[in-house]
Amino acid sequence: MSKSEKASSAASPRVRRSRGERVLIGAAVVYAAALLLGPLIAAVWGSLSEGLAAFVREITTRDAITALRLTVILAAAATAINTVFGLCIAWVLVRDKFQGRRIVNGLVDLPFAVSPVIAGLMLILLFGRGGWLTSITDSMGVKVVFATPGMLLATVFVTLPFVIREVMPVLEQIGTAQESAAYTLGASSWQAFWHVTLPSIRWGLLYGVSLTFARALGEFGALLVVSGGISGLTETSTLFIFRSLDDRNYVAAYATALVLAFLSFSVLILMEFFKSRR
Amino acid sequence: MSQTNMYLPQPAADSRSLPWGRWGLRVSAVSYLGIMIVLPVSAILQSALRDGPAAFWTEITDPVAFAALKLTLGTAAAATLINAIMGTLTAYVLVRCEFRGRQLLNALVDMPFAMPTLVTGVMLVVLYGPQRALGALLESNGVKLIFAPPGIILALLLVTYPFVVRAVQPALMELETNQEEAALTIGAGRWVAFYRIVLPTIAPAIVTGSLLNFGRAIGEFGAIIVVAGNIPGRTLTAAVHVFGQIESQNQRGAAAMSILLLALSFALLLAVDWMQHRKKVPDVEV
Repeated sequence: MSKSEKASSAASPRVRRSRGERVLIGAAVVYAAALLLGPLIAAVWGSLSEGLAAFVREITTRDAITALRLTVILAAAATAINTVFGLCIAWVLVRDKFQGRRIVNGLVDLPFAVSPVIAGLMLILLFGRGGWLTSITDSMGVKVVFATPGMLLATVFVTLPFVIREVMPVLEQIGTAQESAAYTLGASSWQAFWHVTLPSIRWGLLYGVSLTFARALGEFGALLVVSGGISGLTETSTLFIFRSLDDRNYVAAYATALVLAFLSFSVLILMEFFKSRR
Repeated sequence: MSQTNMYLPQPAADSRSLPWGRWGLRVSAVSYLGIMIVLPVSAILQSALRDGPAAFWTEITDPVAFAALKLTLGTAAAATLINAIMGTLTAYVLVRCEFRGRQLLNALVDMPFAMPTLVTGVMLVVLYGPQRALGALLESNGVKLIFAPPGIILALLLVTYPFVVRAVQPALMELETNQEEAALTIGAGRWVAFYRIVLPTIAPAIVTGSLLNFGRAIGEFGAIIVVAGNIPGRTLTAAVHVFGQIESQNQRGAAAMSILLLALSFALLLAVDWMQHRKKVPDVEV
């Protein structure tokens, strides 16, 4: 916020706008609007094409609702896991100077670079028939692939870097002076973390958490590979949309897509809020 | 971390004196990443190379696989080029120009990050699909977007739109306006000022953003599977090919293509890392 204000005050002396500047602004706005808003408006139009009643009917079918519930549960669980481990990893990467730190740091970004389908394939190779870990999970009586544990793992993998990448710079920025002061006053490391470190990184952390949740809500490729697509059981909203498209049940697909878009949008608004406080 | 504190007789409160907690954190961080990332990647490597390099080679040089790879690289390159230009322009406008709706545009840039890519694909089909008004209009004029490579590029443009913008924005903010203004004062045109002064400074950021954009584009799946039509040899991309191989129980083929994509992504990550470290050096010198 302060940065953008600085930027705007730098630009403000030139009040009169040249023609070139107007063209630039116009080009940027038109491009963004055509690229981003056009499809969004079309989707609203498409899902309401058979009337509001059809829209409501399609998003309240049993399959649609169970799918949405599974989506939210998976996203919440994956976000919780990655928040805890993300904080831990971010702390270790910033505060703990050990050998091989740079390699570990590089590893974190890998899920960003890997196609979600490949993430799904990895889980199949590990937990599918004849997989590396299948005998272990079988002996524990846990079914991973084509079941919710695998879907959770896939979502966790895909969203792993967000919290780490958002928390690391904030953690680096706040430094250790306040933490040391807390220690001096006799705080335990847990107290220092809870009362000193966490409050100062909270907006960055919340931004990372909302990014994680938004990304988890929309995960599709990895889930498509891992879930087995059992409707009512292992079907998330994105998988439901995909199946509806296949079944040529377009209103259901568009309507659910819109619901998911609305959810993501709400998270986006939260994200913008957190980002401005960061 | 090891600075001396005069109010503290012994460095007892330094976190170094808590080896248990420290070791516990370090071990859990490293083992979490090991289990979640290193183990799965090793499983793919093993699966792709289990039957020897010759089998790997046959999978990769399979005409359908090869065409998929070519299509993926081509469409990703096209989308990256367009977004490098439009993204730089958008970032420039967002940082340097004052206009109503700037905040809104700034928020809009994040939309593709929040929007599920499958939903993005669905939206594009609704807008440009052949049964739709706009799609039919385009088709009657000989432009086929959906179920054709241009549709893939369009989907990639949408999905990767934020990368260059978000990479260039901070670089532009850091750049003081006085050099640019000096150039304008001595009679340089706005374009010349941009080309001679702004562009060289933000070029590394543009490259970094483009690399990220390209990396994201070669892995894209959700938006493409809906938009592309997935005709083998024509509109089937590498990621969709991997999915097809998994579906038809050819794990080796899926793993082989995955290895190629992984290697490419990894190279891109290294390049980004190199760019970012390179950037820091002049900062220290100044």
